[in-house]
Amino acid sequence: MNFTNLFKIAIKAINNNKMRSFLTMLGIIIGVASVITMLAIGQGSKQSIKQNIAEMGSNMIMINPGADRGPGGARMSADEMQTLTLTDYETIRDQAKYLTAVSPSVSSGGQLIYGNNNYQSSVSGVSEGYLTIRQLKVESGEMFSEADIKASAKVCVIGKTIVDNLFPGGVDPIGQVIRFNKMPVRVVGVLKSKGYNSMGMDQDDIVLMPYTTVMKRILAQTHLQGIYASAITEEMTPVAIDDVTQILRANHKLRNGEEDDFSIRSQEEISSMMTSTMSMLTLLLACVAGISLVVGGIGIMNIMYVSVTERTREIGLRMSVGARGIDILSQFLIEAIMISVTGGLIGVFLGVGLSMAVKVLAQWPIAIEAWTVLLAFVVCTITGVFFGWYPARKAANLDPIEAIRYE
Amino acid sequence: MTPAMSNRPIIELHDIRREFIVGEEVVKALRGVSFTIGEGEFVTIMGTSGSGKSTLLNILGCLDTPTSGEFLLDGTPVRTMSKNQRAVLRNRKIGFVFQNYNLLAKTTAVENVELPLMYNPAVGATERRNRAVTALRRVGLGNRLSHKSNQMSGGQMQRVAIARALVNDPAVILADEATGNLDTRTSFEILVLFQELHREGRTIIFVTHNPEIAQYSSRTITLRDGKIRDDVSNNNILDAAEKLAQLPINDDD
Ligand SMILES: Nc1ncnc2c1ncn2[C@@H]1O[C@H](COP(=O)(O)OP(=O)(O)O)[C@@H](O)[C@H]1O
Ligand SMILES: [Mg+2]
Repeated sequence: MNFTNLFKIAIKAINNNKMRSFLTMLGIIIGVASVITMLAIGQGSKQSIKQNIAEMGSNMIMINPGADRGPGGARMSADEMQTLTLTDYETIRDQAKYLTAVSPSVSSGGQLIYGNNNYQSSVSGVSEGYLTIRQLKVESGEMFSEADIKASAKVCVIGKTIVDNLFPGGVDPIGQVIRFNKMPVRVVGVLKSKGYNSMGMDQDDIVLMPYTTVMKRILAQTHLQGIYASAITEEMTPVAIDDVTQILRANHKLRNGEEDDFSIRSQEEISSMMTSTMSMLTLLLACVAGISLVVGGIGIMNIMYVSVTERTREIGLRMSVGARGIDILSQFLIEAIMISVTGGLIGVFLGVGLSMAVKVLAQWPIAIEAWTVLLAFVVCTITGVFFGWYPARKAANLDPIEAIRYE
Repeated sequence: MTPAMSNRPIIELHDIRREFIVGEEVVKALRGVSFTIGEGEFVTIMGTSGSGKSTLLNILGCLDTPTSGEFLLDGTPVRTMSKNQRAVLRNRKIGFVFQNYNLLAKTTAVENVELPLMYNPAVGATERRNRAVTALRRVGLGNRLSHKSNQMSGGQMQRVAIARALVNDPAVILADEATGNLDTRTSFEILVLFQELHREGRTIIFVTHNPEIAQYSSRTITLRDGKIRDDVSNNNILDAAEKLAQLPINDDD
């Protein structure tokens, strides 16, 4: 019996029992649809996190004081927290070879006041390079200058959230003097809005000041809370990190074998850390959905057994007119595969539809990748073969004499 | 006793025995059956219930193999064949007609008749259809080609079954109580058809417990307790068509 004929027989058998075939398919449909939807949501979140981290900065390298204790490490003492100094920043700025920009980082929380409006936020003391590193753009006004840094000028560049809260009346903030913890500061620029990132952080809740201003006038400290830098390219990031490590070790006069008293993280590291967590979650979701696929497969097996019993006479007849065991086996196997693959196809459409609905209604990021659809399909076929095998073999092993007399 | 044979032998049985083991007991269904059936014979096999008719027919139809003895079908020894080889042999050499028709449900007459050819890769779709239509015309159902099995009377269904048994141009047609489920008139209509096929040179083996039917065949083998009790040729074959003409007409078909 050739394949065309086997397909015709399978289609006919499925057609003869439309409702039952559909109900059998339902398990597969739900299984596939949920696998695809789960993967779409998982992949979508992963992509948006990746993108958000990419938007966080360009090939960013973050240098923090204190040894790298890793997650869950012991809390660092205040001494350890003060290992980065302005000298470190200047040496890196002047000597590091693979960086496009470097900026120190100090910050302080406090209240911003303009007229009757006030807003609780924090200011970041940085250099001009910070804009490049964090991919920030000044929308109106301008960034404070090198001269402002030299002079520890009381100037700032603010984000959209600050503008909205302090200048609700639509006053142009440029040139206005606001107060930060009673210190008057002139607004020289407003940053282009970046919106919320995937972690729900408002990237426009930002106030930039010359680091000298923050260090001298606000914090009165000489150490840095961190140093940010940008590597030339993503590929150069590890080399840049090595280079910076050497510079800092020399600066801090650390001998061979002595532990670093600072830690360096790259944006790539954070990105891969976050996405691997997300991948785990996605896998988990897909596994849960996959279980429903298995349940669907068991449904197919169940119905195929019923079908074989119901059609014992038909099997006997086919055998008596010359069907071999392999012909009967193929017939029932193809029927099982057709049920599962048809169910799979409907499931794919339903899954894609559901994903779209989630995107539109819940505003979640989704991403349907070709491999997830392919995977769902392959799994379906395997399900059909696997769960169709035993009933089909039972049919093929029937004794034709008994089968044809079966009542 | 055995009728003189002039034609090519289609079926040769030599001391066929078939034993079933049921628990501790051995049931001897056939205890040494030997006969030869030549091409073009119309043989009825008679016997009381339990005499071994069905067991014999299963062996003749290559559905079952004897415990001992030799069986040649159209010159081919069957006893040592594998299951698959016997399936192919059935497909090419045997046409079955069953008491309960055994048509595929919700399936048209043509598709039912096509069935044996589906398992013959040498026959393409067009030839398959043509042969099925020809066979259906032969049994007088040329106007019922697309009727489904549930839209037909018992007589029509049995005609479809006969067409299915003819479609592979078999060496022998095996009928097991083929008229058992039909009323007298319809039975004779089917018998007329078998007689026509016989006249065309077909070899037919017809199992029945109805002694009347034996009068219309060319030879009768009677079984009792798994042995041949009688094997007589019929020199005065009655014409089923004549008998049919005498029967009162019913409006069954
Ligand atoms: N599969 C089987 N297992 C055991 N005994 C069987 C089997 N088939 C037939 N028999 C026995 O063989 C004998 C002949 O049966 P069968 O050929 O069906 O007779 P008939 O068709 O003439 O009525 C009976 O005694 C029956 O019980
Ligand atoms: Mg019987």
